Amino acid sequence: MQLTGAQIIWECLVREGVDTVFGYPGGAILPAYDALLDYPVHHVLVRHEQGAAHMADGYARASGRVGVVIATSGPGATNLVTGLANAMMDSIPMVAITGQVGSRLLGTDAFQEVDVTGVTLPVTKHNYLVTCAEDIAPALREAFALAKHGRPGPVLVDITKDAQQTKVEFDWDGAEPTRHLRRGHPPIGESQLARALELLHESKRPLILAGHGIELSGAKARVLAFAEQMQIPMATTLLGIGAVPARHPLNLGMMGMHGEAWVNQAIQEADLLLAFGMRFDDRVTGTLATYAQHAKKIHVDIDPAELGKNVPVELGVAADLNTFLGALLPRGEAQNHGQWLEHIRELKGDAAVRDIQTLPDEGRLFAAHVIHELWRLTEGGAIVVTDVGQHQMWEAQYYHHDEPRSLITSGGLGTMGFALPAAIGAKFARPGKEVWVVAGDGGFQMTMAELMTLVQEGLKVNIAVINNGYLGMVRQWQEFFYERRYSATPLLSPDFVKLAAAFGIEGRSVSTRAEAVEAIQAARSSTGPFLIDFRVEQEDTVFPMVPAGAALDAMIRRPMPSVLAETGADVS
Amino acid sequence: MPHFLVATTDDEPGVLNRVTSLVRRRAFNIHSLTVGPAETSGTSRMTMVVESDEAGALRVASHLEKLLNVLKVEVLSERPSVVRYLALLRVSAPVATRGQVLLVGNAFRAQVVDVAEDSVVLECSGSAEKIAALAEALRPYGLLELSRTGALAMARGTLPSVVPLRRAATEFSPLAMSV
Repeated sequence: MQLTGAQIIWECLVREGVDTVFGYPGGAILPAYDALLDYPVHHVLVRHEQGAAHMADGYARASGRVGVVIATSGPGATNLVTGLANAMMDSIPMVAITGQVGSRLLGTDAFQEVDVTGVTLPVTKHNYLVTCAEDIAPALREAFALAKHGRPGPVLVDITKDAQQTKVEFDWDGAEPTRHLRRGHPPIGESQLARALELLHESKRPLILAGHGIELSGAKARVLAFAEQMQIPMATTLLGIGAVPARHPLNLGMMGMHGEAWVNQAIQEADLLLAFGMRFDDRVTGTLATYAQHAKKIHVDIDPAELGKNVPVELGVAADLNTFLGALLPRGEAQNHGQWLEHIRELKGDAAVRDIQTLPDEGRLFAAHVIHELWRLTEGGAIVVTDVGQHQMWEAQYYHHDEPRSLITSGGLGTMGFALPAAIGAKFARPGKEVWVVAGDGGFQMTMAELMTLVQEGLKVNIAVINNGYLGMVRQWQEFFYERRYSATPLLSPDFVKLAAAFGIEGRSVSTRAEAVEAIQAARSSTGPFLIDFRVEQEDTVFPMVPAGAALDAMIRRPMPSVLAETGADVS
Repeated sequence: MPHFLVATTDDEPGVLNRVTSLVRRRAFNIHSLTVGPAETSGTSRMTMVVESDEAGALRVASHLEKLLNVLKVEVLSERPSVVRYLALLRVSAPVATRGQVLLVGNAFRAQVVDVAEDSVVLECSGSAEKIAALAEALRPYGLLELSRTGALAMARGTLPSVVPLRRAATEFSPLAMSV
């Protein structure tokens, strides 16, 4: 069948099962946009290409499918870079399609020409420059295969304008990708399983480090079965939240820089760490010199380059976690670690007393209250999409996620401005779910133009702006490590309620806990998008905290309630 | 210490860029890099000398193996191998000193590949040390130009009949790696 390159793009997307794409048109991608009108694919017109990339990312995280983003050449493509890097760091399957100037103009500094494959090389799994129509189908099919295969990630296909315009024979079957299959994993060896069982058998204080890989591998059921069989407690990374239910009795909660002190203490005291689909990021280890020194480590990750990268391990298994556990489970025997679990309960100590939720209501609103009420009123059933900063850590601490893919957050790259566009993508992926944006006043202002995209698409997404008048996390670091010299962190914001109104979005501003509850209820019962401006305590601090570069158990703990009103500087 | 990495890659535009970009952003230094066609058409062979400890060299290798266009990576410092460099040296050689220049070249088994009125071009292959020594020996006569390749390297002994694309997973444990 003779088709133009532009038609081939959509033929391929439809056959890959794509029904929604996020993008922004422009000169070099015009032929593709023209052909779009003849295909059953919904195009979401964004307000900035970074938003499109985050939408595709949010779509992929919420659905487990490949997110697709389209942009034009030059500035359109360079605006994708942050979104690609974000997806690369968090292993999110995405395909980006960009227009490129005509092949005869390549290298001439033509209008809107940028070396996009060069620029995106380090932030994609792979990328392609396609200069003839025949190569479009093979490149796109391979891009989809690669994005999903092994450790997922973003792949970019840059297609010249003339390649989109040329008519050639479309050969779907002949374009079947094979090169990504060169990357086979060796089968899991009996010796590895035996060694794992041996290490488990020797261990008195084992602990599972539950990472994003559990979700990506669909290994929740087997991880739980394994943890229950062996009676091993679990701690999650930020992206591991939801991978195992928050309310599972063996789930201790989040580890790392803002994890609970006793969870980190347990890691430091463990004699065996089972790292499942996580990568010992500096945010979860603290200084490596003193990290979990009593523990042997079993590291299971689909990416062999992660094994031994940051932390030496006794047993490294490059494998799909679900497959590995499928082989390990029938060989394992029930174990009992009652003493260890009891010890961890003791480590918890007075942590509950220090929990902000137990504070009497003095009429002041803390961000943690907002998150707690949001969790309570949504019964933990919403998809929450956060931005980056203090509110993100409070979300991780106080919204208890029991389902995979219910917390969508930028982990590795820490991209401010991620929440609103990613939430739009998530809502497209799972229209039946209640979706909440939780963003700070800083990050929200980075991409708030996408409010109009939300309205144009008629989506019901609720937005919680945690407004403290500061770039809060940076302010917190300045408070602790720069003698409270607040350089460039006090932040003025527009009237968010009026701003929402200008977009045609209902809004409300609240400053007490009682008002917060009412506003959340109002947002939930409203049929359209709803923005709540939560005016929270301005110099509130995220506790507990491991100072950067310190040992994991050298935590600054939450203050006791009597001194909670004071700032962190007074309680460390 | 320097480690010799040999990558077999697709022979496609941009592959060299992908390889060097990866090594650079993983914060390793490339001492030298030599690229040419490999034994199978459509594939290239890149010999790379990277300054690193052994764990680092293995880490670079495992990152490189993730690139779509990389078929396999060998870390030659793990086993006995042949390493060779090639150099072309233009040396001032007026009639008065030409004989001595040629004698020096001879001592290093260098070939004369060009003779001009007042200079000669010598070709020499061997270890990095040998080439450096030849250059020093010729310098008093007037070393006008020096062009050196990076390392070419190949493992000694029988080629394994089946070259695994990936090391067995157990080998990724640093403990196993050091064995």
